[in-house]
Amino acid sequence: MSRLEIVTPDRAQIVMEGLYKDLERRIESSPPGICPVDMSRAFLELCHAQTCGKCVPCRIGLGQLKNLINDVLDGKATIETLGLIRDTARSIMDSADCAIGYEAANMVYKGVIGFRDDYLEHIMYNRCLMSLKLPVPCVSLCPARVDIPGYIALVREERYADAVRLIRKDNPLPTTCGFICEHPCEAKCRRNMIDDSVNIRGLKRAAADFAGKVPPPPCSEETGKRVAIVGGGPGGLSAAYYLRLMGHDVTIYEMLPKLGGMLRYGIPNYRLPKERLDEDIEAILATGVKVQYGTVIGKNCSVSELREQHDAVLISIGASTDKKLGLEGEDAKGVISAVQFLRDVGHGRCECLEGQEVAVIGGGNVSMDAVRTAVRLGARKVSIVYRRRVADMTALEEEIQGAVAEGVEVKTLMAPSKIEVSEDGYVKGIWVTPQMISRIQNGRASVMPTGEEDIFIPCETLVVAIGQDILYEHFEENGVPVQRGKIKTEKYGGFDDIPGVFAGGDCATGPSTVISAIAAGKVIAANIDEYLGFHHEITCDVEIPEPRLDDRPPCGRVNMTEREAGERVNDFEGVENCMSEAEAYQESGRCLRCDHFGFGVFKGGRDTKW
Amino acid sequence: MVTLTIDQMKVTVPEGTTIMEAAASIHIDIPKLCYLKGINEISACRVCVVEMEGKDKLITSCNNVVEEGMVIYTNSPKVRLNRRKTVSMLLSQHDGQCITCSRSMNCSLQKIANDFNILDNPFKKEFVHREWDKTFPLIRDANKCIKCMRCIQICDKVQGLNVWDVSGTGARTTVDVSRNRDIRVADCSLCGQCITHCPVGALRERDDTSMLFSALEDENKIVVAQIAPAVRAAWAEQLGLSREEAPVEKIVTAFRRMGIDYVFDTTFSADLTIMEEGSEFVKRLQDGDLEEYPMFTSCCPGWVRFIKTQYPDMIGRLSTAKSPQQMFGAVMKTYFAKKLGVDPERIFTLSIMPCLAKKAEREMDLFYEEYAGHDIDCVLTTRELDRMLRAEHLNPQFLEEGEFDSPFEVGTGAGVIFGATGGVMEAALRSAYFLVTGENPDADAFHEIRGVKRQGWTEAEFDVAGNVIHVAVVSGLGNTGKLMEAIRRKEVKYEFVEVMACPGGCAGGGGQPIHDGQELAEERGSSLYFLDRNTDIRFSHDNPDIQNLYEEFFEKPLSHRAHQLLHTEHQV
Repeated sequence: MSRLEIVTPDRAQIVMEGLYKDLERRIESSPPGICPVDMSRAFLELCHAQTCGKCVPCRIGLGQLKNLINDVLDGKATIETLGLIRDTARSIMDSADCAIGYEAANMVYKGVIGFRDDYLEHIMYNRCLMSLKLPVPCVSLCPARVDIPGYIALVREERYADAVRLIRKDNPLPTTCGFICEHPCEAKCRRNMIDDSVNIRGLKRAAADFAGKVPPPPCSEETGKRVAIVGGGPGGLSAAYYLRLMGHDVTIYEMLPKLGGMLRYGIPNYRLPKERLDEDIEAILATGVKVQYGTVIGKNCSVSELREQHDAVLISIGASTDKKLGLEGEDAKGVISAVQFLRDVGHGRCECLEGQEVAVIGGGNVSMDAVRTAVRLGARKVSIVYRRRVADMTALEEEIQGAVAEGVEVKTLMAPSKIEVSEDGYVKGIWVTPQMISRIQNGRASVMPTGEEDIFIPCETLVVAIGQDILYEHFEENGVPVQRGKIKTEKYGGFDDIPGVFAGGDCATGPSTVISAIAAGKVIAANIDEYLGFHHEITCDVEIPEPRLDDRPPCGRVNMTEREAGERVNDFEGVENCMSEAEAYQESGRCLRCDHFGFGVFKGGRDTKW
Repeated sequence: MVTLTIDQMKVTVPEGTTIMEAAASIHIDIPKLCYLKGINEISACRVCVVEMEGKDKLITSCNNVVEEGMVIYTNSPKVRLNRRKTVSMLLSQHDGQCITCSRSMNCSLQKIANDFNILDNPFKKEFVHREWDKTFPLIRDANKCIKCMRCIQICDKVQGLNVWDVSGTGARTTVDVSRNRDIRVADCSLCGQCITHCPVGALRERDDTSMLFSALEDENKIVVAQIAPAVRAAWAEQLGLSREEAPVEKIVTAFRRMGIDYVFDTTFSADLTIMEEGSEFVKRLQDGDLEEYPMFTSCCPGWVRFIKTQYPDMIGRLSTAKSPQQMFGAVMKTYFAKKLGVDPERIFTLSIMPCLAKKAEREMDLFYEEYAGHDIDCVLTTRELDRMLRAEHLNPQFLEEGEFDSPFEVGTGAGVIFGATGGVMEAALRSAYFLVTGENPDADAFHEIRGVKRQGWTEAEFDVAGNVIHVAVVSGLGNTGKLMEAIRRKEVKYEFVEVMACPGGCAGGGGQPIHDGQELAEERGSSLYFLDRNTDIRFSHDNPDIQNLYEEFFEKPLSHRAHQLLHTEHQV
């Protein structure tokens, strides 16, 4: 006789686990704009199905809450109903025995407070405030609104050059973005509902890699208008490209010896090989954009003078200086900001860190760039020092993993408290206060000191990567509005009081993504063109293939592979491998063509020009 | 060319042809509900699904194009099952009170459900609660709406007004006035194109026939009817008569038999409009008022509603002449009442119009001597006319042709073509030419502005006694918006512009009989031009009844009294 038995999940349980996963992915790709009251109702039904049935508030109360919300949605509720929903939810929160009940009620309660207006609209007018915002999720989420289903379909047909042409209609840096775009487009990809999002960035990289050199389209007739662009980063380059295509005479004023801004001087070569960045820049310059290198606006020439000499000026200076820790000893030798550190490397002024211990403070992407660069400069030991947990880091997960694979130590729950400096003024290390993770406030876990003694982390180089700032002083002095350290523009990228001057990119938004800067460049190019009295349209004559009608069975996503960690740490060459043509063919076939199927065919449209 | 197999038949069609069109070319009519060519190809209703060999999921035939070697089945077991299920689902949320529906026997859903022999529905009926102001000329019934989205698309793509939109999300998604507005403040032009493109009875006109029946009941009322030009081109379409068998004079007889006291032709007041508007045009031209912006025609109330909300700064460019409908009412309640020796209050003016906006235009005030009221008391659309004839069991087949009453018996060919795009302009030019030169031009001298233009507008220039006049004719409010922008940006310059809100003009009006999937404006318009060609008098100023009216009452166009009764200050 057996006393115990080994529990194995039965078939139904296995299927259910699969369905939970399906639901998780579905929620992940849930489009914004869904009625929150209706979603509350749907969540509540799910929660109610989870009840064990023991306790009254959960077993009955959740069902009654659902009935009340249904009344709201059916236009049968009054303002009293809303009070009853709130009170019932509170009551269940206070009286249910376990989290299944009280957290379910809490979700409803949060909604009654958080989207009260939506409840009221249903109650008072039997109408909904919401409407679906993402007919084609990827396109809607791309700040530059690149025609993603279009170029993926072109990749599928191996028309790579056409894909590049189509991307350039909205984004003149396809190669760059193929390497380092943060791909917000993938976040709510509907393919998630089947298996996993399409590797959109990877396909862009494939298009760029397989297309070869693609010349830019011809420019419109010369308008004779002169436009100055301050700063040749992604925003400035994008604006320059489109303004030049529109026929304007464009000059970029770049303080550094080469174009690209943070793409060249911030992002390390191993992530974006500079010769690949140059492919994009060459195509932009091939349109006839002029560049004046080494000119610092505010030093060699004022922005007011620039405005006098041109018909319009775009300020796209980025966020090119660093934030300070505010600790004593920060000016010691060996303490360097990440911006400066990476810029030096970008200049080719590689300081050798052979045999050194290096600590990098911060948990963002720049921090990852700094540690991985330090590894390549020969450091003996490189550590990330971060006050929260890995899960709280803002860096992309693959960047963190890349760093760890390259041997970087991750010291979490350590808050810097003091920099130790030697008598001759060199950094010796950093004292950190051990932290423990604590309550979640405003959606983010806070930390509190554990009360243990500070720990000393020795280092010969300390890189501070806690954020970037904008060098706005000169512009502020010249009348450009500044608020909270950022240039404050109107929504069209200009200033009501300073006609002809525009600003965009990181300097107007604060440090953000490359694609946001590109989008700002595109928007402002259109608005400068209008300001100059024109209405040029940017188009692309590439014909988009009809969608394929075959079934879309589940299929794994092609992820990018990387060079072996042990090998890649020895050089600054690109880390990521492009997918093969066969992989690109399969991956592009995973696209569901939301421009044709679903809501997209109704409300999606295709911006063939702007 | 692409060759494919549909239902075991080989067919070769040009690349880019949809599966539905390819099937139609071999006489396979795949059933459909939401599809509207060029306007609504969104595959929402899923009724047109077909099976493609080698593929598990069904595909829609309306918006997917043929591929070489494709094998399609339009009636496979899978298609049959799913198509039926889909229609049953639609029926579960459709308030199928066909017996009391204005679209009964002319409803695409009813036809499909009948054709599929759906006698039982396994699904539970689900209705929603939505209120609608039934005093508004346009009425929507949420429980009949099948969310085909055609109304949204017509209003967006053809009329450019975006009155309708998807409302709500999830299972409660429906169609409603966009941006949660009330229909009364949604800038609706009341063109009625959403109604004529609705496949079911979710959208309809407010039925005003009871107003007429009350007036007929009232012994004190003298009921005076007018019949608009475009009505004659369409009224019998759904009564089983061809156009040749359905002269407008049959309606005259029907009306007499119903007890209507006087029956006149709006063509007559169209001539009156031309006298006023044509004279106004010549005067504004000579006064140098048309050097920057043109004068716009004002007889289409959909257009007038449109300009008031969309281009209020341009209102002053409208002709001040009232529309033929309103002029008719004004003449009836003044001159005609006097002639009969009765109080204007006793006159009940009825209009039969191809139009919904006329129901709102009717509310325009008229003040004359002691009379304070409206020019027009009741407006019925062509569809209401048809329903009324059926209710009165007047068989149009056997109605004799009656004669319009005196003293406004005669309408000219110029008045008849008011019902087609370009017609008002042409009629006005015929008379303006006479006003300037003192002689009639060839009646067909201005023919180049005829014809329906789906995209853009028609422009022409004419030499009138050495003056070159630039004119434009546009129909459809989307096109009109584009024209207005071009005028504002000074890309184009005209002295005279005719606008009609409905594509093709009143012939394609929102009050005309509905034929799902067919655009009949052009065909109906040509029958109006046919009538014009075969009329003795083709110039408004040659109409003897008009000449008499001026002699006896108005003295001359633009006289003080004409201004008082036949013109209006357009207000926002």
